[in-house]
Amino acid sequence: MADAQPVPRLDPGNDGSRVTTPSAADLIGFVLHETRLIDEQRFDEWLDLFTEDGRYWMPLEMDQTDPILHNSLFYDDKLLLRIRVERLKSAKTYSQKPKSRCHHVLQTPVVDTLDPAAGRYETWTPFHYIETRLDEQTLLAGWSRHVLTLDRGRLRMKLKRIDLVNCDSAFGNIQLFM
Amino acid sequence: MSDYRHNPAAIANLVRDGQVHRDVYTDPDLFTLEMERLFANSWVYVGHASQVPNTADFITTTIGTQPVVMVRHADGSVRVLHNRCPHKGTRVANEPCGNAGRFFRCPYHAWSFRTDGSLAAIPLPGGYEKTDFKESPAALGMTKVRHVHDYRDFIFAKLSDAGLGFEAYFGDSLSSLDNMIDRSPVGKLEVAGGVLRYLHRCNWKMLVENLTDTTHPMVAHECSAGTAVEIGRRQPEGAPRHPAVEIYAPFVAPYQFYEGMGIRVWPNGHGHTGVSHSIHSDYSAIPGYFEQMVAAYGEARAKSILDTNRHNTVYFPNMTMKGPIQALRIFKPIAVDKTLVESYTFRLVGAPDKLLERSILYSRLINAPTSVVGHDDLEMYERAQDALQSNGNQWINMQRLYDPAEAQQPTATANGTTEWQMRNQFRAWTQAMTAAA
Repeated sequence: MADAQPVPRLDPGNDGSRVTTPSAADLIGFVLHETRLIDEQRFDEWLDLFTEDGRYWMPLEMDQTDPILHNSLFYDDKLLLRIRVERLKSAKTYSQKPKSRCHHVLQTPVVDTLDPAAGRYETWTPFHYIETRLDEQTLLAGWSRHVLTLDRGRLRMKLKRIDLVNCDSAFGNIQLFM
Repeated sequence: MSDYRHNPAAIANLVRDGQVHRDVYTDPDLFTLEMERLFANSWVYVGHASQVPNTADFITTTIGTQPVVMVRHADGSVRVLHNRCPHKGTRVANEPCGNAGRFFRCPYHAWSFRTDGSLAAIPLPGGYEKTDFKESPAALGMTKVRHVHDYRDFIFAKLSDAGLGFEAYFGDSLSSLDNMIDRSPVGKLEVAGGVLRYLHRCNWKMLVENLTDTTHPMVAHECSAGTAVEIGRRQPEGAPRHPAVEIYAPFVAPYQFYEGMGIRVWPNGHGHTGVSHSIHSDYSAIPGYFEQMVAAYGEARAKSILDTNRHNTVYFPNMTMKGPIQALRIFKPIAVDKTLVESYTFRLVGAPDKLLERSILYSRLINAPTSVVGHDDLEMYERAQDALQSNGNQWINMQRLYDPAEAQQPTATANGTTEWQMRNQFRAWTQAMTAAA
């Protein structure tokens, strides 16, 4: 009989315990939890999953290495993400009257790096993403890379990089988060 | 429904003092006529010479809805060709940019063309020997756009033989391009940082009118720019202003700020906001840059260049640029209710990279499909595109600060909240749309 699969802990350490060496299942659990917060539009909790110097990056071209002197669709620090999250709540945000909704389908995340000595943990997750508003539905697909670190015993995102398979296409509004 | 094609009076009647009929935004036949009469007879921005630095380098783009390729010819000049094979019509150059090699070669039957469009070779030429092929349009190769003007590396083209010459068409409006170029200590720009492509489900003119609409930012962008200012206030005391907050904050400046900045109109539909100051006036200095400018131009000239902070300059019909942040947008008409916005940024050759970094940040924050300011604006255009179907009132109001005497003033400056520039665009529009009929 095969060994039982380890049960992923969602947002390990969030129960007040301190994680010292996250398992591969913990990393996968973190990615699932992070995606669920977006789909359930729990954006304040989602923001808390970033380190203070964390970045949310969506390049404009394949294999892009430079986010400073080459443009991106997103290259948000936490302040910019907070502006987006607060704006989504505003009564005067007319592009959200009515509101958008979003939905992810993830392939099982692959753990690329599990290096407790360096405190570096990386996953790679193919996804399909749907954003809807009124009668319009946009389907986007890509790969997200999470660069995680342990911050006071909790896994946190230093970087979430999203490479869209059609990153160089012309897009209409992308109002929520992948 | 009017038969606009054969009725110039009906077209003229769509544009009245201070109001325009909704058909100019919603009627597909008028859109077709715009492509034939307005875009074909105007000097339309095609691209920048830095995008094709080497012989046979090309970019593909459109003038109106017509596919063209801009290419560096063997003699060093930049040429614009209709991007279709004269044989069966296949698009010859297909990538956004590339190098043609020795010849453009059609992938269908291997007809090949020099970089000035002329026919170089056809396989099995004997098959045409007993025909009058030499008299056919196909013998001329890829059709050249005959009217191409290179203004300090900015390439414009006019498809038709009708219409004004380049200098007469743009006149003093070229001063905005000059200011952007002069901001390089060596007077040279390069396209850099990639292109943001943002699809809009609205008529192209709504976007162009919004460029000089100075009474919308504090309303439509309160949720984004206002939120940015509010979050900026929560930063620790003494912390440097976040560069994004610096960019967002002027969008929620009070009406008086926009009234005072002024608007200038020029003939042929061109104009700009920000005569005395603008939303770009109060950016932080980039270390070392002013010293480079003084070394290049002398202090007085350097100050004069950098104190000119024009906001949006409209190069009618469909290009706009911002000198102070070295950004340019093209509004590409696709259909009466579909427009592609392409945003380009420039490196000031010889200036610090920090300036390009700010241009890129600005474009991403304001003009990307992921931009909250972009979302605010597009929502307004789409609501208008849909609601203009109403027959309750078929007119769009453009009367703000209207003075009947303005029609006799082709060049003027005015209160920054006037809708004069929108009316100026429609005067040029009417002239183009009725002249060739």
